[in-house]
Amino acid sequence: MMPERMRFSAVILAGLAAMPANAQQTGLAEGPGKDVVEAACAVCHSLSYIKMNAKFLGPEVWKAEVAKMRNVFGAPIDDDAATEITAYLVSRYGVAKP
Amino acid sequence: MRRRDIVAGLSAFAVREAVAAPMPWLSPDLPDGTRAEARMVQPAGKKGLIQLTDRPPNLETPIQALDSAITPTDRFFVRYHHAGVPEEKTFDNWSLEIRGDAAERPAKLTMRQIDALRQTEVTAVCLCAGNRRGLVQPHVPGVQWGHGAMGCATWHGPRLRDVLAVAGVKPEAVEIWFEGADEATLPATPAFHKSLPLAKAMAAETILATTMNGAPLPLLNGFPVRLIVPGWTGTYWMKHLTRISISAAPLENFWMKTAYRVPAGLFPVSSPFPTQDRPANVPVTDIAVNSMISWPVHGDEVERSGFRIRGLAWDNGNGVRRVDVSLDDGKNWQSALLDREIGPYAFRTWSLESGALPRGPVSLRVKATSNSGDTQPDTYRPNPSGYHNNVPQRATVRVI
Repeated sequence: MMPERMRFSAVILAGLAAMPANAQQTGLAEGPGKDVVEAACAVCHSLSYIKMNAKFLGPEVWKAEVAKMRNVFGAPIDDDAATEITAYLVSRYGVAKP
Repeated sequence: MRRRDIVAGLSAFAVREAVAAPMPWLSPDLPDGTRAEARMVQPAGKKGLIQLTDRPPNLETPIQALDSAITPTDRFFVRYHHAGVPEEKTFDNWSLEIRGDAAERPAKLTMRQIDALRQTEVTAVCLCAGNRRGLVQPHVPGVQWGHGAMGCATWHGPRLRDVLAVAGVKPEAVEIWFEGADEATLPATPAFHKSLPLAKAMAAETILATTMNGAPLPLLNGFPVRLIVPGWTGTYWMKHLTRISISAAPLENFWMKTAYRVPAGLFPVSSPFPTQDRPANVPVTDIAVNSMISWPVHGDEVERSGFRIRGLAWDNGNGVRRVDVSLDDGKNWQSALLDREIGPYAFRTWSLESGALPRGPVSLRVKATSNSGDTQPDTYRPNPSGYHNNVPQRATVRVI
């Protein structure tokens, strides 16, 4: 049983452990923040969720998705990591708001 | 059940084969990212399914496997909210707990006891409320389903009301709550628990299935026992049932209060969910009338001497009154021939002879009307989660 709250470094380790064997197939686009995204998001779900939801979400929607993962699903992502994750998703998998 | 069983169960969904073959029949309306990410896989116990995500597994049925009133079990779609898919051995000493503040006496039922209850059978469509979400414009976030987050099977087991009677339903009961063995990775994540209003729970068609198309449920479709709610969307069809609570209060959690809701009044509702309704939005309940062309599929080449178009139509149990097909992208419509109904909650198959056609592209469309008079709208009714997309399907083929 994992503790309710954990440090982000622990999440990184868990995330790496949880990476699927076929990681190259679900690999994300290169860019600043990619490592943080892989570590934080893959704890609970495959990175296909990101690639599948592209490219049609604006910055506000990606920001809301990251907030939902933290506030609703309890992902232990701190503010700095959330900012980095959101910036990566917007720049690599988002669109400018229409 | 111990948590480590569930964590170990992360490996229960093991993809045996990933085929990178192109799928030209995937709808061009899907997001580019989805088309690039989708791949054909063969998980244990299944034949080809389109994998959209692997953790949790979200696998849709290819359109070619939806060419019959009963969907083959080994092609039946798979949808999970959490990555913790249990392993079959988790259920070796399984029993179903029935309890709650509106239960007369808590009970536990073994599989043997469930099998000893009066058995019934219902053939019904299981359809994800988000089926065809990937085709809505503008796209909304979520699993970007194409046409195949649905299937129809014959489900067998006791009626839910007979199971509830073992524990006794007190007069103050308003909802029945359900828990399954699938779990999220993090303890902080809201568990996927759902509820039904008492009326739907006590309805004759609502059963606990132990078999599907004559065989035990496959793990990925809810082994050992799954809740079957004919006429309602798949979100209520709880898999791997472990606990049922007869409750005097509405279930308050993310999956009931925030997710799986639609703006009030936007869609027809035959059987409401009064304890979960709010003025602004209501739970997604009844399946919307809808139809699909299962052959030919998008991108196919067809003969100019004519061909027989085949497909499916369905609704929430009122039954399908008519199916209309257009061979000119919706300008003109002609009535298709309906095959016999195998049950009010089942797929209804239909077909139509195209007649001779000139060479070139032809955009086929299909539209069903139910016995209630509901029909498919020409334009998608926008809602935040992209539910109930029942705009007439389009498949463009080439006459050669």
